[in-house]
Amino acid sequence: MSAGHSTYTPKTGLGRWMDARLPLPRLVYDSFVAYPVPRNLNYAYTFGGILTLMLVAQIVTGIVLAMHYAANTEVAFNSVEKIMRDVNSGWLIRYLHSNGASMFFIAVYVHIFRGLYYGSYKAPRELLWILGCIIYLLMMATAFMGYVLPWGQMSFWGATVITGFFTAIPVVGDWIQQLLLGGFAVDNPTLNRFFSLHYLLPFMIAGVVVLHVWALHVTGQTNPTGIEVKQKTDTVAFTPYATVKDAFAMVVFLALFAYFVFYIPNFLGHPDNYIEADALKTPAHIVPEWYFLPFYAILRAITFNIGPIDSKLGGVLAMFGAIAVLFVVPWLDTSKVRSAVYRPWYKLFFWLFVINAIFLGWLGSRPAEGIYVAMAQGATLYYFAFFIVIMPVLGLVETPRRLPNSITEAVLEKKSAGAPATEQAKG
Amino acid sequence: MSATDSTEHTRRDFLYVATGVAGAVGAAGVAWPFIDQMQPDASTRALASIQVDVSGVEPGMSLTVKWRGRPVFIRNRTEKEIEEARAVALEDLKDPVARNANIAADAPATDLDRSAGEGKENWLVMVGVCTHLGCVPLGQAGDFGGWFCPCHGSHYDTAGRIRKGPAPENLAVPTFEFVSDTVIQVG
Repeated sequence: MSAGHSTYTPKTGLGRWMDARLPLPRLVYDSFVAYPVPRNLNYAYTFGGILTLMLVAQIVTGIVLAMHYAANTEVAFNSVEKIMRDVNSGWLIRYLHSNGASMFFIAVYVHIFRGLYYGSYKAPRELLWILGCIIYLLMMATAFMGYVLPWGQMSFWGATVITGFFTAIPVVGDWIQQLLLGGFAVDNPTLNRFFSLHYLLPFMIAGVVVLHVWALHVTGQTNPTGIEVKQKTDTVAFTPYATVKDAFAMVVFLALFAYFVFYIPNFLGHPDNYIEADALKTPAHIVPEWYFLPFYAILRAITFNIGPIDSKLGGVLAMFGAIAVLFVVPWLDTSKVRSAVYRPWYKLFFWLFVINAIFLGWLGSRPAEGIYVAMAQGATLYYFAFFIVIMPVLGLVETPRRLPNSITEAVLEKKSAGAPATEQAKG
Repeated sequence: MSATDSTEHTRRDFLYVATGVAGAVGAAGVAWPFIDQMQPDASTRALASIQVDVSGVEPGMSLTVKWRGRPVFIRNRTEKEIEEARAVALEDLKDPVARNANIAADAPATDLDRSAGEGKENWLVMVGVCTHLGCVPLGQAGDFGGWFCPCHGSHYDTAGRIRKGPAPENLAVPTFEFVSDTVIQVG
């Protein structure tokens, strides 16, 4: 997969026999053992591995849950309670799955912000970035449909509101909504198809992950300096260096995951979802899961008509636009310098963007009235301005700091500036 | 496409295109059932109409029934509610169209056009689904004494017309008729 020649030499007779027929060990060796990674990768770069682990964890716990769950509106709610009370270790597996979804999103947000900070999306990694955006979209669809399955009040009304987005589309909107629901309202056909698709999509994610890793191994990783690998001393072998670093980060991440599962398993959930779905009664506050809150705030921020676009369609367009804009980030950023480390102004606007995104998330959890609406409108404005105005303009007007000549030089500079370290870095 | 070095279109080119088009039509023909099965099935569509006995609904009382999986509000309005709705000028309405499936699509949203019609102005029959994103509004609430959607703050008046908030349209009046003096058929 990686550029450059393979250094794999099978040591056993069986190895040579296999290599001549299906060189799978060679692929694994070249991709995950000998594969060179920049020597200066920090812990922000461990989230790709963590995300892979979470995807596997979600698939394993999900397959087990599907053995006990029944996708029928008559029994779905009770079958989830049966998993919690009757199925051996069912409570653990369900809490792993429901909190695992949140952990998955925590990891993906760190991963995305890391990409934005270090300019990982820039040429020649545009496709790598776009594949990541597709994975993120698939994750959102999967998480949304998964949340409907317990058939609680939030499941039902969340599904009603989100499929209601499509009715904002002129002419064909109602037809699309009925196609999604399989009826005139969320009901048994909806639950059935969501279960089917919730089972399918993770495998589609796994497929796109393969493409994502493939594209990564063609271009190679970026690194905190944003300078491409130029010489052998810029890199270390994936195993043991990256493998061990990733493994350590996974253990720390799993400790956080375990804390949620064992001590606060419902902290990120919503109590209304322990009430069975009732088509005639809407909960007082419909709030999506935390990982959708910034987009929910953007949806509700558009309370005014924009020309021929009414506020309902405008809100839906803004919400989808907030995700769509990510796809064109590689072409919006005009700077020749990749990493924010050498871009003082971009660094400032980036951190403002992070704070703004968290602020939007908080606003999404508040009722849509009074001062919250005005604040959400301001935060939405900054969200879009960051991509559409700041990114293109800043690249043209900003004076970046001096770049080191190579990764090796950057590492050695840092070492001599810090504590006295005489040891020559491992090549 | 073909092995000939001529740029002219040959019979072989035609065959390639014709085969490709036939294949595309065939693929679309096979794809359609897989899309079509997603649409509401026969049992869902069969629940198209219901009959409701409203003899026990006194003025000021409401009834919520389930029709096509969604709530339908049937309200016997008080004189005061009717007066309030009539007093509203059409220019003050966010959505000036009646949204009543029983009359012309462009009928104005007067109180009469929203109600069950001449002689039955006290009866209001509406799909209880907010036209914003589909929540069920709460009855006799909000700034206009009609309905209030708690999800995103849409206020409807006593004729179910949107007055304030993000919803774009008045609450929909479904197809319905009085099959006798006390029985309403919805759908």
